[in-house]
Amino acid sequence: MSRSAAVNVKIDHDDKVYAWSDAAKAKIEAQIKKYPPERKASAVIPLLKLAQDEFDGWLPVGLMNLVADTLEMPKIRVYEVATFYDMFYTEPVGKHVVRVCTNVSCMIRGAEKVIEAVQKEVGLDKPGTSADGLITVESFECLGACCEAPMMMVGEHYHVNLTPERAVGIVKNIKAGKAPVEPSK
Amino acid sequence: MSKKKNPYILADADKCFPNLDGKGDWRLEAYRKRGGYEGLKEILQTEPAAIIDKLKASSHRGRGGAGFPTGLKWSFMPKPDGIKPNYLVVNSDESEPGTCKDRDILLNDPHTLVEGIIIGCHTLGAKASYVYVRGEYVDEADQLERAIEEAHNFGYLGEDVLGTGKTFNIYVHRGAGAYICGEETALLESLEGKKGQPRLKPPFPAGYGLYGCPTTINNVETVAQVPPILKKGVEWWTQFGRPNNHGTKIFSVSGMVNKPGNYEAPMSIPLKVLIDEYAGGVVGGWDNLLAVIPGGSSTPILSAEQCQDMLMDFDALRGAGTGLGTAAVIVMNKDTDVLKVMTRISKFYKHESCGQCTPCREGVGWVWRMMERLSNGEGTIDELDQLENVTRRIEGHTICAFADGAMWPVQGTLKHFRPLFEQRIKARNKTKVRKGA
Ligand code: FES
Repeated sequence: MSRSAAVNVKIDHDDKVYAWSDAAKAKIEAQIKKYPPERKASAVIPLLKLAQDEFDGWLPVGLMNLVADTLEMPKIRVYEVATFYDMFYTEPVGKHVVRVCTNVSCMIRGAEKVIEAVQKEVGLDKPGTSADGLITVESFECLGACCEAPMMMVGEHYHVNLTPERAVGIVKNIKAGKAPVEPSK
Repeated sequence: MSKKKNPYILADADKCFPNLDGKGDWRLEAYRKRGGYEGLKEILQTEPAAIIDKLKASSHRGRGGAGFPTGLKWSFMPKPDGIKPNYLVVNSDESEPGTCKDRDILLNDPHTLVEGIIIGCHTLGAKASYVYVRGEYVDEADQLERAIEEAHNFGYLGEDVLGTGKTFNIYVHRGAGAYICGEETALLESLEGKKGQPRLKPPFPAGYGLYGCPTTINNVETVAQVPPILKKGVEWWTQFGRPNNHGTKIFSVSGMVNKPGNYEAPMSIPLKVLIDEYAGGVVGGWDNLLAVIPGGSSTPILSAEQCQDMLMDFDALRGAGTGLGTAAVIVMNKDTDVLKVMTRISKFYKHESCGQCTPCREGVGWVWRMMERLSNGEGTIDELDQLENVTRRIEGHTICAFADGAMWPVQGTLKHFRPLFEQRIKARNKTKVRKGA
């Protein structure tokens, strides 16, 4: 819960009203159905995820409010969840998020060189978002693919057994508007 | 040279996860060809008490870290009272650094888990099971959902399973990135739609778990090992490993080995055999070994000397002042800066503290900052004692075991690598004096 202490959810200045698409509504229904009828709040993580994916890749307050209304939850409970988990963003991020694991097994096998090369390729000297807003690079905690270290996650997929060169190749593909390629097994 | 078979190499027939390496097909048909779902109907017609007795006799212990006896845990569940449902919750929030066995189970042999859950639900009186999969495992959770769908189509899930009149359903619940949700009560909170902060115990989940209903929470590997134990029998299971540590186990071997990977091996296998025979040996040879973390990031490090004849099981590692944990074996060779690695682990815990208990929220950050300085030689030798002292004030003073797990690796580092800290502190002080002169 890295950012929870540092994050202040900006509750003002967001009067934009968000609404679900029909496709999203169908997905929401399928999610809520997994839980007992009076336990809709259980779907808050999947709905925040959906909200993030459907709109701009992050969670402005208006969007969190939409989730709260959909699940009939107090808004504050939704903000709490959104700021607790690492996969939710309460500030804008790049169109593509690259999470480089820098935890122990990856570190031992050269994760530092991988993240440095990735950052350099997008014009950064530390984790952050490229100037053109295309790519966010994160130094991430263990992603549970330690036997295939070093590795990184691009969007929703893992890229494993990396070298700095291969990681840069993947980023170059994203920059060129192509698929990152080399998805996990 | 002896031609005798290596007793530490498991035959495919003795594996709970014969397709762990993904060389075969993960799908239901292929799983059935490997013996999956065979005899399931008979098991579903067996009294739960008889199943629990068998698990107790096998002395199977949970594979998620704590090593709690599975049969005993299952015996704590009350019979369904007709008002509150019973739940089986499976913990696949695999986030302990070094651990990646669920990933291969879910991708390559997901039906082992599905079948385990069906039997688990029957035994525990549950109709519904939730599998909490870490949010980053998108492909893995998708694969599990595909397996569940197949099982539905074949009549292993849904209503009236195999004509037994029983109903079982499995729901995949995806997390969103928080290590603490691997703690069972934090996982329940998260599943209920809250921040993942551990609950005070008691009440224990068997009495008051998910939505306040009786709940059993087990690790993926634990649940998936139940069907083979019931089908192949207690004797088969207890031929592996030493008493109280029986069975087979997946070891995630990562770090400086030639062939990192998830390997299912007999319990009590010597660490050296695991590294040499399964994982292709230490990079640069056995003599190049520096240290090993034996069971995921929260288990204290073993020195190379201790690794010589260490057996990989609960009791042997406990005896050595560490633990089997998740059996994630992280190997460091002499090219590794061990202090830097251990500092990174402290940083991880600082990042992941849920913030609920003060000693952890404040203390883990303290410890990380001290590690950061001292591993660079900044500070004084006295501070090493201070660091040790601080860890003792955090350990045992919080409501869950997170803080303990954050402190043990630091204590282990001080125990085995204090001279290295001292060397760096002295070297740095010397250059300072020289510069100052
Ligand atoms: S340490 Fe990088 S995936 Fe686990």
